[in-house]
Amino acid sequence: MSACALLIDFGSTYTKLRAIDLDARRILGSGQGPSTVTSDIMIGMKAALADLEKRLGTLPRFKYRLASSSAAGGLRMVTVGLVRELTAEAARRAALGAGARLVGTFAYRLTKGDVEQIVALAPDILLLAGGTDGGNSAVILHNAAALGRSALACPVVLAGNRSAADDAVALLGTREVIACENVMPEFNQLNIEAARAAIRKVFIDRIVHAKGIDRAHAEFDEVLMPTPAAVLEGVKLLADGCAGVSGLGPLLVVDPGGATTDVHSVASGEPSVAGVIPQGLPEPRVKRTVEGDLGMRHNAATIVEAVGLERIAADARLAPTRALALLDLIGRNMERLPQSAEEAALDQALVRTSVKLAVARHCGNLETVFTATGPVTVQHGKDLSNVGAVIGTGGALVHSRDARAVMEMALADAAEPLSLRPKQPKLLLDREYLLYACGLLGAVEPQAALELALAHLEPIDTEVPHE
Amino acid sequence: MSTKQKVLVTGVIGSDTHIVGNRILSMALEAAGYKVIALGALTPAVDFVKAAVETAADAIMVSSLYGQGELDCRGFRDLCVEAGLDDILLYLGGNLVVGKQAWPEVERRFLDMGFDRAAPPGTRIETVIEWLGRDFAARDRRPHPRKA
Repeated sequence: MSACALLIDFGSTYTKLRAIDLDARRILGSGQGPSTVTSDIMIGMKAALADLEKRLGTLPRFKYRLASSSAAGGLRMVTVGLVRELTAEAARRAALGAGARLVGTFAYRLTKGDVEQIVALAPDILLLAGGTDGGNSAVILHNAAALGRSALACPVVLAGNRSAADDAVALLGTREVIACENVMPEFNQLNIEAARAAIRKVFIDRIVHAKGIDRAHAEFDEVLMPTPAAVLEGVKLLADGCAGVSGLGPLLVVDPGGATTDVHSVASGEPSVAGVIPQGLPEPRVKRTVEGDLGMRHNAATIVEAVGLERIAADARLAPTRALALLDLIGRNMERLPQSAEEAALDQALVRTSVKLAVARHCGNLETVFTATGPVTVQHGKDLSNVGAVIGTGGALVHSRDARAVMEMALADAAEPLSLRPKQPKLLLDREYLLYACGLLGAVEPQAALELALAHLEPIDTEVPHE
Repeated sequence: MSTKQKVLVTGVIGSDTHIVGNRILSMALEAAGYKVIALGALTPAVDFVKAAVETAADAIMVSSLYGQGELDCRGFRDLCVEAGLDDILLYLGGNLVVGKQAWPEVERRFLDMGFDRAAPPGTRIETVIEWLGRDFAARDRRPHPRKA
């Protein structure tokens, strides 16, 4: 019997399992149970294992049993920085890159009200930044003192002005503080890896226990990271490859979900056209953005708000009044799955709009500035027009009756020439929901993980409808 | 405060792409022992201020070559005050106005806007470095130096 791996996602709704044959690079089977973190995580885990066993006959002995988690609200984080577009933005990117769910972002001096709000949010981790190394220390010290005096109980990752770090640690008081490199050591220099690693470490050491996930420890070896971080790791492996296997090169991944739409990209994002001047904070090569107003279920109303009911209805070929009635059904039952052709059409319109807006926000834009010596083109954000592949993942896309029509919304549009979205990428569908598994497995067997993912991503042009 | 390396923010303001002189100035200031945050060409006024806040800069040095300096710099001191940089040293230099205008008048206009020094075309870098030395020394002698 060849070596096998079990990859577990403790999700917010389901406990999902993937059993992998490492030598054959194939999926042996999948299992699913409810998410029971809030009561006893073992109930969901046992149900998922039973489901898997039913499909496989017997459960093999697993060489690895690795888990990720987005259960119990995910890794809820608050970030605090100084200038909104500078260290506050760098802190935000570090948290998102670590797979966090941002529940609050703050800039400048925290007021009494801000601190009360942070305490009420009760995040799992707070990331405190502010000031370049040797730069402003007054604000981070003010904020450290304000947080130090508060009832905030969570660990603090401190990633601000190095010169103020010792004093800030002292001011933060008795709570656990992990000091790491500044997210912006020099002006306009982004340095988020150290903060990401620190967040990951707190997650493994503290949060997994705090959320009761480790009660299932008999059934797994390790919870390695939050699920969004596992997806990002998988995406990175797919793009960059590993020793012996080349990856797909620069790529973009879109994941429309029930509450948010996530977009990941691995690409330098530098201007693809000569003479274009990049402006603003440098972009991380591995970037994750989360659109909190674009969710197929929990945030369907805000998707409609973003483009207007008329456009959603027209895209679904429904009368606006009918679309509104169906939206009301979703609003009353977030778990609702489409039960008629009309509902499926509305879902298709919602997911198309989410993908379009989320990818447009993730990708950069060009702007023409008129100077005394003629027009100059400046670029804000990442130029992703030349990425080689766009991968779609997530239930809303996988279950779409026409995934191609959804994925196309991620592409460049002649009507919006200033948006730097992918022009002619390969379109691939992650039908088996493997990206998280690939990210987890990549931590121990990168080559197997990569080959598994490459073998299972479905080119969307040749897609045959399943079921 | 006086022992800390002074931080200067430099850049070319507005829709102005003339970067060469500003780059030479930035290099010379670095050579003179300052920490220089060079924002480069096409820098909006507000970006100078944001950079100065984050780096706790001691001075902002604005270049303008294309004749629109007066428009671009209007309200610059107010922006600084708004961001809590009430007392930051503000320098400005280049081709500041259109056409032939008497320098003393032009200088007065910019000093009235809240700049501490204005440099006409042809100002030597050595002069600027000397100004900085003198202005910082004067600030450091004050009984209560401003907080970062």
